[in-house]
Amino acid sequence: AKQWHSNYTPSLTADIISTVEFNHSGELLATGDKGGRVVIFQQEPETKNQPQCRGEYNVYSTFQSHEPEFDYLKSLEIEEKINKIRWLPQKNAAQFLLSTNDKTIKLWKISERDKRPEGYNLKEEDGRYRDLNTVTTLRVPVFRPMDLMVEASPRRVFANAHTYHINSISVNSDCETYLSADDLRINLWNLEINDRSFNIVDIKPANMEELTEVITAAEFHPNQCNTFVYSSSKGTIRLCDMRASALCDQHAKQFEEPEDPNNRSFFSEIISSISDVKFSHSGRYMMTRDYLSVKIWDLNMESRPVETYQVHEYLRSKLCSLYENDCIFDKFECCWNGNDSVVMTGSYNNFFRMFDRGYRQDVTLEASRENSKPRSVLKPRKVSTGGKRKKDEISVDSLDFNKKILHTAWHPLDNIIAVATTNNLYIFQEKLN
Amino acid sequence: MFPKGTKRKFSDSGEEPVSSGDQVPAAPSVATRSLTSSYSLQRQSLLDMSLIKLQLCHMLVEPNLCRSVLIANTVRQIQEEMTQDGTWQIMTQALAAAQCPTDRLVATEVLCRQTDAAAQAGQSPKPFSVGGLEEGYHAEEVVMEGDVETEVTMSTLAPVSPQLSSASYLAGPFVMGPCWDEDEEEEEEEEEEEDGECEEDEEDDSEDCVSEGEEADRDHLSPDSRTGEQVFGTFEIKHPAPPPDPALEELFSDVDPSYYDLDTVLTGMQSAPKMGPYDLLESLSSHGPTALSSSSSCRSDLNELDHIMEIIVGS
Repeated sequence: AKQWHSNYTPSLTADIISTVEFNHSGELLATGDKGGRVVIFQQEPETKNQPQCRGEYNVYSTFQSHEPEFDYLKSLEIEEKINKIRWLPQKNAAQFLLSTNDKTIKLWKISERDKRPEGYNLKEEDGRYRDLNTVTTLRVPVFRPMDLMVEASPRRVFANAHTYHINSISVNSDCETYLSADDLRINLWNLEINDRSFNIVDIKPANMEELTEVITAAEFHPNQCNTFVYSSSKGTIRLCDMRASALCDQHAKQFEEPEDPNNRSFFSEIISSISDVKFSHSGRYMMTRDYLSVKIWDLNMESRPVETYQVHEYLRSKLCSLYENDCIFDKFECCWNGNDSVVMTGSYNNFFRMFDRGYRQDVTLEASRENSKPRSVLKPRKVSTGGKRKKDEISVDSLDFNKKILHTAWHPLDNIIAVATTNNLYIFQEKLN
Repeated sequence: MFPKGTKRKFSDSGEEPVSSGDQVPAAPSVATRSLTSSYSLQRQSLLDMSLIKLQLCHMLVEPNLCRSVLIANTVRQIQEEMTQDGTWQIMTQALAAAQCPTDRLVATEVLCRQTDAAAQAGQSPKPFSVGGLEEGYHAEEVVMEGDVETEVTMSTLAPVSPQLSSASYLAGPFVMGPCWDEDEEEEEEEEEEEDGECEEDEEDDSEDCVSEGEEADRDHLSPDSRTGEQVFGTFEIKHPAPPPDPALEELFSDVDPSYYDLDTVLTGMQSAPKMGPYDLLESLSSHGPTALSSSSSCRSDLNELDHIMEIIVGS
């Protein structure tokens, strides 16, 4: 079994972290928070001194992506909280990412500047104009190194296309388009065009009284640029092919697991609501997260998932309390590792879970300050469900439901994971021998 | 976060003390004694909790639509089950019996829109009673790229009275009266268009509209004996006073009361003055069984709210 240890000292952030995302190379890690800020971490290059230790992640850039707004017409505030960040594949020296709050998506360019021109003929170094009488020769300005400066600039603002709250954005494999999904609609954008979008899914009923289902997440297929999926609050996933028609209300496939009659309760629907959907890197599978479990689906089989992993089944008997304190509505995310062999998701008490699909093993780890001393290895945790509580186990009733890990991310190539507690970011890497 | 629990805390262990107010008539008590099983109590408690949650999300600055839909679906499931085993009827009867005759309809802003001559008589200006709900009654898509379709629909009432449709829930603080009085017989879609337009006008004509809207009060009250609505009705608690009018009953006969208030939840009212829990209780109590005219006090004792809650939970 892998062992994990921390390679980043967590610092208390000012705001609640609301999204975490590695870029395509894994070198950069972006986090968004409730205050509308984006903080990007960069991995230090591996040093020859410690080859077994991958580089640490340090703050690379911080910028304010979204500001709070007020919609005067509807008299409501638009939160600046960053719901999702998605990186674009890198095309040149600069990095691009999309960040979104409830209503507006922005394309940010992050670029480095580590040289500056010096030796102007007409200007001094401090910018003052030189007295022309003192200019006796001409020279060609040259670039000299300077302290690295990372600049983030908004390149596009995609606004006014969503009536409801945006929950997902996903960049297409064609690198030209992306989708944004709110509770009832999904729009398709061209990255270059910000004043127009195409509506490709609309599940808003003509009569809002008939509304019983909302869209909870959406994602493009990793290699088929015409395919995307969206999940719903009723536990269904619909796969759509954009070639079929302009409006993809008719799904090409619908994935739904029949309900287990033994487990039926008034909370069945709520816990079946899917909070996240992610394609595997291969594109052959997709993973969904509902309140109690993670399911892996084969895209070729709609009738039921091929694998189901229980995240915290011990909560099933506590659903009423969790409904009362609203925890039952928590939206946990999930993620795949680079080769799709392991999946990870968060839980309560700052626990997070990994499921190894191949070895059929799972582990529960905790993200906490005590565990994150540099080089200390994370110890597997266990929740005791029975009467007898073993030493080191924690009982269900002692779990802290305020400490929830909703956002996790896995480096696309390495065994490095980013785990966000309420307002701390933890980065763990696999201990290599 | 919401205040933990409701007035009656859910208890897994079963029986909760059942206390009835003095005014609860004997008949319902007898009937409700059959609902003493642990499951029924739990179910009732879950229903109450859900309704409180729906109410509270009216008050939020930005209610989460997914959460609202899930809670509303839960309420519907409970209601369906209770209807099937007959407990729904019993509960609604108990509630009906407990209502004071002078109640007026409250959150049925909808029905305020009637330009019924009869309703006009002697109606004093009625301020929108539900504090937060009032502000919350905004159409989702008031202005959306030229689309004036309104989210809020009371279409179940529409066939009954075309005026009582979408626009009625557009009641914001400045939308008191419809400019759409003349649209009585129009199709719902057209009406929605009109409503959308009207809404923009209303901001200018608010003064004019106010007086019109107030006539609204009505005797058109929601069929209080209708099943699902009663449950929602308890939280807006105000029941129509007047003796049942067969003509009206028929008018409302195809109303699906279960959507009656879900609508307000689902139609995206997203604005609200920020209200604390006590504000909520106060506004709930203001729909207590008291007359709601501006001249009289809009706020009843919290005791009356307590009383009503006892009936809901206890009976």
